Amino acid sequence: MIQIIIHGRGGQGAVKAAQLLALAASLEGKYAQAFPQFGVERSGAPVEAYCRISDEFILLRSHIYSADYAIVLDPSLLNVKNIIAKKLLVNTKKHLKDSFTFDATSIAMKIFGRPVVNTIMLAAFSFFTKTISKKSLLEACKETFSGIVLKKNLLAVEEAYKKIK
Amino acid sequence: MSTNGSNNGERREIKMKKIPRAISCSKAIAEAVRLCKPAVVAAYPITPQTLIVEELAKMHAERILDCEFVNAESEHSALSICIGAQATGSRTFTATSSQGLALMHEMLFIASGLRLPIVMVVANRALSAPINIWCDHSDTMASRDSGWLQFYCESVQEAHDTVIQAYKIAESVLLPAMVCIDGFTLSHVTENAELIKNLKNFLPPYKPCCKLDPSRPITIGAIVPPEFYFEFKMQQQKAMLLAQKTIKKINLEFKKRFYRSYGDGLIETFNLEKAKKAIIALGSQCSTIKYVINLKKNTEFGLIRLKCFRPFPGKELVAACENIEEVYVIDRAISFGNGAPLYTEVKATLPEKIKVKSYLIGIGGQDVSPEIIKKLIK
Repeated sequence: MIQIIIHGRGGQGAVKAAQLLALAASLEGKYAQAFPQFGVERSGAPVEAYCRISDEFILLRSHIYSADYAIVLDPSLLNVKNIIAKKLLVNTKKHLKDSFTFDATSIAMKIFGRPVVNTIMLAAFSFFTKTISKKSLLEACKETFSGIVLKKNLLAVEEAYKKIK
Repeated sequence: MSTNGSNNGERREIKMKKIPRAISCSKAIAEAVRLCKPAVVAAYPITPQTLIVEELAKMHAERILDCEFVNAESEHSALSICIGAQATGSRTFTATSSQGLALMHEMLFIASGLRLPIVMVVANRALSAPINIWCDHSDTMASRDSGWLQFYCESVQEAHDTVIQAYKIAESVLLPAMVCIDGFTLSHVTENAELIKNLKNFLPPYKPCCKLDPSRPITIGAIVPPEFYFEFKMQQQKAMLLAQKTIKKINLEFKKRFYRSYGDGLIETFNLEKAKKAIIALGSQCSTIKYVINLKKNTEFGLIRLKCFRPFPGKELVAACENIEEVYVIDRAISFGNGAPLYTEVKATLPEKIKVKSYLIGIGGQDVSPEIIKKLIK
């Protein structure tokens, strides 16, 4: 079982990212479970969302206490909370030791005009960890979004892949 | 009775075609409600129930849910609207949580006393004060004596299936039903679940024996003197007891048709064959308990999950505990001044030789972690 925590700030799409990840994994014939750790919901407040992916039905329903991966949508969160995981993927321009890093904000600002980085970071996550394929990520986006939002998200994922390569 | 590890229902008879895709609990519930074709949906938003009503409102706006959709001004009104509509012979649905259920309290008894088989999903949430939006069972436990059937679900799949079963059960015994799902830990979960596509030959249209109809006027719920009032209440009690048989029957019928079942419909046991000790619990935490039991090889612990709390499956519980020496009852609600509701009822049901211990876990959304369960199962 792979356990992933997504750290973001209210409005960045952390909760949706966990759902997309679960949906993408399930489209590949895996069992998946996603749920948010809700606090008092405000834009900009730290938010956590969890995702488990497994080849067997997932019984465990607690919060995630030992994550395989942490996806950090906002690098400033590294200063305010203790983020622990076997491997981190951080949205930043900087290079961080022992972590995957990717500048998702630049792409988000170009495409969405605001720092909604969830699908872009999932593209990076898919590229670095191979936990889900690009194909199923795009498929999950198609199932979740529609209209202009879908168009922009598909573009964002493609753009992210291009940049990484 | 199910003893397999999956809380996704028994699937022994047929090979799974493929693993179903992940879907949010609120969507799975809304899809189940849509299939049951309620004529009236009335609700007032409250966290963590809101997502369910939002899904239904969206379906209504997209014209794939053909019903009267009423945004009520309070939960008291929402249930009152369902009561009025149901009394005219219409199938209805509502959903609420916590303070919303507390505000409905007065009308809960009207619905059950009038024998109106309304189905309501309750996303379990702690009661104020102080304000807390997270899960415990204090809301539904406070309405356990209101004459409503109460089912507690463990998974998204079970929430979807139970809404459908609840309509059939409620309409068979003429009692309203609460489908309880843990707030956030189930209501906000996205996981693999298979949606039922059609209910043909399973849930017939709602046709009550009598209804409010201007062309054939009748009176319901009028004042009755003591001798008749007692008669009415005994009929409700009889219906509750009859419901136990009905629930088992419909559980089997559901299994035949959709290849899934949840224990015998009333209780589900896990790893109980050789167990000397059993945990008794309700709701989504049972998955985590199963997970911990699976981790421990040769543990003397099993699990008894009450899917149905009202009617209380006393006979089934005693039978399940035949070889059990000690039970650990987990409550997510407190009965101030006398312990905890599930514990009290289990203690009153089981023979004296079985030792019954009481634990309060997961109050006000405290995470039911594997570590907490491991401390119980030493």
